[in-house]
Amino acid sequence: MSLSATTAPPSPSAPPPTPPRRRSRAITLNRLDLKLSPYLYIAPFFVIFGIFGFYPMLRTAWMSLHDWDLIGDHSFIGFDNYTRLFTDEYFWNATINTFGIFILSTIPQLLLALFLATMLNRTFLRARTLFRMAIFMPNVVSVAAVAIVFGMLFQRDFGLINWVLSLVGVDAVDWDAQKWSSWTAIASMVNWRWTGYNTLILLAGMQAIPKDLYEAAAIDGANQWKQFWRITLPMLTPTFVFVVTLSTIGGLQLFTEPLVFGNGNIIGGDQREFQTLAMYMYELGIENLSSAGYGAAVAWAMFVMIALVSLVNFLLVRRSVK
Amino acid sequence: MSVTTRRNRFAVAALAAVTAIGGLAACGKDDEAKESGGKPSKLVVDTFGEFGYDEIIKQYEKDTGIKVELRKTAQLNEYRPKVVRALATGKGAADVTALEEGILNEFKTNPANWADLAPLIADHSKEYLPWKWELGKAADGRLIGLPTDVGSLAVCYRKDLFAAAKLPTERDQVAALWPDWNAFIETGKKYRAATNKGLIDSVTTAASAVMVQQGGDLFYDKEDNVVADKSAAVKTAWETSVAMADAKISSKSATWSPEWSAGFKQGTFAATFCPSWMLGIVADNSGPENKGKWDVAPVPGGAGNWGGSWLAVPAQSKFPKEAAKLAEYLTNAKSQVEAFKLKGPLPTNLEALKNPDFTSYTNEYFSGAPTGKIFGGSVEKIQPLHLGPKHQAIKENAFEPALRSYENGQSPKDKAWEQFLKDAKTQGAF
Repeated sequence: MSLSATTAPPSPSAPPPTPPRRRSRAITLNRLDLKLSPYLYIAPFFVIFGIFGFYPMLRTAWMSLHDWDLIGDHSFIGFDNYTRLFTDEYFWNATINTFGIFILSTIPQLLLALFLATMLNRTFLRARTLFRMAIFMPNVVSVAAVAIVFGMLFQRDFGLINWVLSLVGVDAVDWDAQKWSSWTAIASMVNWRWTGYNTLILLAGMQAIPKDLYEAAAIDGANQWKQFWRITLPMLTPTFVFVVTLSTIGGLQLFTEPLVFGNGNIIGGDQREFQTLAMYMYELGIENLSSAGYGAAVAWAMFVMIALVSLVNFLLVRRSVK
Repeated sequence: MSVTTRRNRFAVAALAAVTAIGGLAACGKDDEAKESGGKPSKLVVDTFGEFGYDEIIKQYEKDTGIKVELRKTAQLNEYRPKVVRALATGKGAADVTALEEGILNEFKTNPANWADLAPLIADHSKEYLPWKWELGKAADGRLIGLPTDVGSLAVCYRKDLFAAAKLPTERDQVAALWPDWNAFIETGKKYRAATNKGLIDSVTTAASAVMVQQGGDLFYDKEDNVVADKSAAVKTAWETSVAMADAKISSKSATWSPEWSAGFKQGTFAATFCPSWMLGIVADNSGPENKGKWDVAPVPGGAGNWGGSWLAVPAQSKFPKEAAKLAEYLTNAKSQVEAFKLKGPLPTNLEALKNPDFTSYTNEYFSGAPTGKIFGGSVEKIQPLHLGPKHQAIKENAFEPALRSYENGQSPKDKAWEQFLKDAKTQGAF
């Protein structure tokens, strides 16, 4: 699937070398070079991925089949950890929280990014580079800093947001005491941080669309709105798939924002109002040393969910445009 | 020491950042070349917060010729993952590792990770607070921790806010306000009536205080079965703090939350429960401008202990004998007094507790309160506790959330209690 942001140049597949008459050393080397060197070039990624990505995944899978104490013994229990997941109320609570925050953050964020990218793509805009830089700034700020600042904004007693609300006569909201309010607060952190990033990627995609398409459409009498629907959006599909997939992966792995929002309490609110899947995994797998195997099972369940949701997104976005 | 800065939000941020980059913070290397004869050239000591060992270690180096590297980690919740990593991978643990109450109880379930200190050093069992010494032993009888400090218990209160509410401000008069918990709740009601504010920060800190005063079995029985539903101490703590919630005497500021940290300066509450390690946190949160406004009074309902630590030697240490000797040195009477003078951890060594340097100590920030006398005086009356392996998890992830849910009106009393019992079972499993 084409997940690249911009249209990739056609890959230079090796042209068949002229058939050699004499099998000289040089030719053999040449052939080896053609056959092997591409793999060598991509090897660094795969070696590093293998060590830091693939091996931990396999190891986690192995752990998830055990009753595993992080600093003690472990024993094989087959798929017990996975069957336990199905009846674990807190696992499903975390799943709902994760998807709730994911929807609250991804949808407004992508719409806003699309809007901003369209604005920034206008030719008449002055100081475009400045705006493009500015819009990316939030992404450079560390997550922890964002979470701390937003945590202060959403404070109950002395928070800015409650103060503004009090001006219009709304009572102070205890932001971390309900699902809707905590989800909103956390989603706003994610939106603030990632909208600019998505805007830039969408913008890059928009700029890769040939200008003559728009000219032709304009001559045929299509207005701006129509051009957007009929040209920009369809041509943006590959970029959109990429952005949606990345948002899905990021959104379903949400961890730092809710953790810091809840003052570092891993259960995310007194009644687990905003405990995400990643937090639940951390609670079981790392905080609670003796249930590391079960935590590993949560990690794999998360992986499967992310894969499924990404696939659904991919199919949806691709079909809707065709 | 102890639960000190568990869950301080900045620490959390740092922790989260570290997790985010894949926990690359590698363990330190201590592959010091082994020397002939088994005498180490260097020993490593891991502590969190402030143990006050800087000067003591210099003296040790001079006496023995063994170099000591002191690795300090500021926050307990950054420290625990480091120790866990070292134990899980069998590499990188310090020769002497400080273990806080909650961590020690948890790690005791896998005693093989720790060296048995009993055969390595002289018998000191009679020199320390007996219950504190006993807690350093694993279920199989191995001695894995030497006592460093205890938390004990007191009340920190703001004199200016008390005066504004027409309550007495002198230590002795304040102590007379609350001979027991009922009287404390009555004082809270008076304070609410006068100021419309909460007297204390949260009912959960009160619950912690009440629980440790009861002594005996808390969430676990002696065989480490979860007995949250039967435990008298837990029931008393629950009932007392529910009564406090009903009387509306707290400002509902959960410990370590931004409301809580800001509350010290803003005066949203006028008192909190102070184990000795909490004094530094109160002072930091209140800032220099509030120096002299705080004071320390005895806690209602008698002595209790909240927090404190031990020194242990990981089984992976290459020099267990020398490491045990160093731990012995760091916890002896002389060192404990030195450490107290430098950073304030309360001694556990009986001789140190009688040392005039300790008993005559006064805390300038807290209006010159005789903290040595207040804390030291109650230390020997502390009720022995049995905490069990997941005490901390049950307390923080089951008991306190349920209590807060009730106080915040999110669930009725019965439902909150049921929720606590249910969560205690899962959190307490090991």
